[in-house]
Amino acid sequence: MAFRVILMALRLAGFLLMLAGWVISLAALALLASLPSRTCFVLAGIGIELLGFVFAARSHLHPRGAKSDP
Amino acid sequence: MIPESRSALSGASIAVCLLFIFLVPFAAAGLSLINTGLNRSRSAAHGILASLCVASVAILAYFVCGFAFQGLSSEPGHTIQLAGKVWNWLGAKPLFFCGIAFDGSPGSLIVLLQMFSVALAALIPLGSGAERWRLSASCVSAALLAGWTYPLFAHWVWGGGWLAQLGVNYGLGRGFLDAGGSGSIQVVGGLSALSVAWILGPRRNKFTAEGMPAAMPGHNAVLALFGCMLAWVGWLGLNSAGAILFAGLDPAQIVLVAVNTTLSAASAAVASLLITRVRFGKPDASLTANGWIGGLVASSASCAFVKPAEAVVIGLLAAFLVVFAIEIVELRMRVDDPGGAISVHAVAGLWGVLAVGIFGRFPTQAASGDSGQFLAQLVGIAALIGFMLPLIYGLNRLLNRFLPQRVSAEGERQGMDLFELGAGAYPDFVTHREDLLRH
Repeated sequence: MAFRVILMALRLAGFLLMLAGWVISLAALALLASLPSRTCFVLAGIGIELLGFVFAARSHLHPRGAKSDP
Repeated sequence: MIPESRSALSGASIAVCLLFIFLVPFAAAGLSLINTGLNRSRSAAHGILASLCVASVAILAYFVCGFAFQGLSSEPGHTIQLAGKVWNWLGAKPLFFCGIAFDGSPGSLIVLLQMFSVALAALIPLGSGAERWRLSASCVSAALLAGWTYPLFAHWVWGGGWLAQLGVNYGLGRGFLDAGGSGSIQVVGGLSALSVAWILGPRRNKFTAEGMPAAMPGHNAVLALFGCMLAWVGWLGLNSAGAILFAGLDPAQIVLVAVNTTLSAASAAVASLLITRVRFGKPDASLTANGWIGGLVASSASCAFVKPAEAVVIGLLAAFLVVFAIEIVELRMRVDDPGGAISVHAVAGLWGVLAVGIFGRFPTQAASGDSGQFLAQLVGIAALIGFMLPLIYGLNRLLNRFLPQRVSAEGERQGMDLFELGAGAYPDFVTHREDLLRH
């Protein structure tokens, strides 16, 4: 039960991180003026999205020792 | 975005554009055959029937509300004012195609192309959900995709939305460019495939207790490879029509689009053939088929803006990405994707979108030049991963609460053909006796 809660929290954190990365990309466009700084912040946003993706992927990992049927 | 400049087409241009659009269903037919060929025989009839049903539902959902949300770039949408700029978020057309004059205008041609494109996008998740996705659930999921998620992103890119306006608002090249739909069609479909695969979980006995994947080869390589041939024709139409309607090319310039599309697919197929030959000792038919489609997918966004040699590079890199992404998805992420849809459509599609920013050449460069275009493409990728994936996953997870998407264990044991349709695709053959005996 506790393991399931951890997985759910990891999943939620992952998807929230993805959204946060997207918001950072939008904010970079709206708030920054120069192209290099915008590019850096958009890349940072994508990096955060990828971190969120890793969290989400790990929360969906099929557990070892379990049957394939979820 | 260019369509405003293309307010009218000549009679010959309309005829040529219509011809290209009529080729697009071949892409859908090709994907259906690939998905079916890569399934096991016990779910072959279900796979091809699901393709037909999902395409039908997607087209109807797009007719009811999808196009209303997508809108046209030449017409106003729902906007908000943010940091002194107008951000166009959603189309504002009436439901049921009302107000469209079906007279050969660019708007009417876009409606027709998008009806076929949305069906193509809806077919992609069938590849990852094969052999365990209930027919009813796949149809409802397709309705969500065609009625909401696809039109939303398509509006941002092709309907005059905020991604298309990045050039005007922030001086980022010509705004987010995606002539043939690497992002709008393929990545959106590929992310749906990933969401569905996550929600459904792997097929029965796909992974051992140690987490190692078991080989479950498709039942008909001929179907899959013939599907690749059909998809080639369909992609030529898709990229050509998209280049005319969304990138503003004249029909005479479509030769370059066709050359680039074919070169990208060919180089991807050869590369994936060689990779599998070197790694496994023999060429792998299904990976080569996936590499070919990956090359087509990657070519879509940039086919109108790159030189032929660059299209070859795009195809080569797409093949590497597809072959290794399939391995990562199965071995590291432990996701069961029988058709390789996640790697072929999402990964190669993202590469195709990025390739526009790296290789794209445009007749009139904006002040910020190539790096501005590169940033516009990056912002599009950020929107796909950061907003579209959570949205698609959330909608499918919600659907799963009300309508369980996975078939019962008994249904999976029998095979989808027998369980959901009552008859197999190949009634003259005993196809999976050993599985029935084992359980």
